[in-house]
Amino acid sequence: MTTDKKELAVAALCNGTVIDHIPSSALFKAVKILGIENLDKHVTIGNNLESKKLGTKGIIKVADIVFPEATLNRIALIAPTAVVNIIRDFEVVEKHPVVLPDTIVGIVRCNNPKCITNNEPMATRFDVIDREDVTIRCHYCGHSVKNKDAQID
Amino acid sequence: MNSNSLVSITDISKEEILYLLEQARYFEEHPNHKVLDGKVAATLFFEPSTRTRLSFETAVNRLGGRVIGFSDASTTSSSKGETLKDTIKMVSNYVDIIIMRHYLEGAARYATEVTDTPIINAGDGANQHPSQTMLDLYSIYKTQGSLENLTITMVGDLKYGRTVHSLLMAMRYFNPTFRFVACEELQMPKEYTEFCDKNGIKYSKHTDFSADVINTSDIIYMTRVQRERFTDIMEYERVKDLYTLRNSMLDDSRDNLRILHPLPRVNEIAYDVDDNPKAYYFQQAQNGLYARQAIICKALGIDIKKMEE
Repeated sequence: MTTDKKELAVAALCNGTVIDHIPSSALFKAVKILGIENLDKHVTIGNNLESKKLGTKGIIKVADIVFPEATLNRIALIAPTAVVNIIRDFEVVEKHPVVLPDTIVGIVRCNNPKCITNNEPMATRFDVIDREDVTIRCHYCGHSVKNKDAQID
Repeated sequence: MNSNSLVSITDISKEEILYLLEQARYFEEHPNHKVLDGKVAATLFFEPSTRTRLSFETAVNRLGGRVIGFSDASTTSSSKGETLKDTIKMVSNYVDIIIMRHYLEGAARYATEVTDTPIINAGDGANQHPSQTMLDLYSIYKTQGSLENLTITMVGDLKYGRTVHSLLMAMRYFNPTFRFVACEELQMPKEYTEFCDKNGIKYSKHTDFSADVINTSDIIYMTRVQRERFTDIMEYERVKDLYTLRNSMLDDSRDNLRILHPLPRVNEIAYDVDDNPKAYYFQQAQNGLYARQAIICKALGIDIKKMEE
């Protein structure tokens, strides 16, 4: 019975995308990055769920939407452990971890108030300079920031 | 980005640095060369900087070009809220090259993305000032005969000093040995010592501006210690005179030693050093003209030596 209850907590999806293994602290940043608040499809967001790997984790389920790869990979900045599942007819047809891109355009705001990107109507751009530590550097002003300190716009 | 622009010293290769130094040497021998006849340069100084602006404008004038521009953004449309993008796009219609200084970091990089006109970065906030680095390199090259295998001692404010950071990075091609002389509060930031580690550059840190350090240096690069950099004013009072260079300290220094300083100086170099032939900071400023002539010509694709042949 307990198992059933656990499954019910996160309802099964007919078609769509499940993003699992998001660290709890990064869940709402991931929600923001995916632009989920503007979707009109069924969305289920779970947080502080038990996880063997992470302690607690977050999960996002979005019905009837397959996000572009580039959008999903942006999550890698704040949730490098996240795993994407593509669901069709209740079956997982694709499962893969997110991959940190070399360059991140938009989403992250530069922490340097004197950076041009905070003063002009323009997109930010960051280059990933350390994949292990997940550190990114502003393409314009050169300031670097670690993922946990990155401000998500 | 248009590839002829110069935004950061880290964008250019060893070959390009050596090419610019050769061109600068040529301009020193022949400062008046009308290769820019019929060309117009814009000097857009969103932040005032008299020395840099005059040096660039002299460079253009001596090359036979003409200059338009402003030295104070308050008299331009940016005070009406015009974006940098719009200003750059508008000015690009008029000129062959844009030389710009801006108080915002990354402004020059962004400018290269909105126009095909070559951009020369004449300083963007605390970020980059590559023409200063080129004139520093030229001064070292000229006085030492080479950039290879030199011992360079940097003194003063190594934490905020943009010039020492850029010089350090530019020297990575030339097997230097660095000495960083500063109080704890103003020591070389970790990202630059890590840069040295990554590139196999030898360095040591010192809090004492000792005879031993001075007497084994080929170049001493002095910088100004500014009061406003200190969180603790007592600390400033304690260290402000520890890193002052006096003539008597140079008695046993190497013959080839030269003292550099990006200027303006306040009290970190005593006035009695000025008459010592090892003092080089005023010639260093003059070298800025030749370095900038070389930078402008390269940006416009003008190879002066090839034209002579």
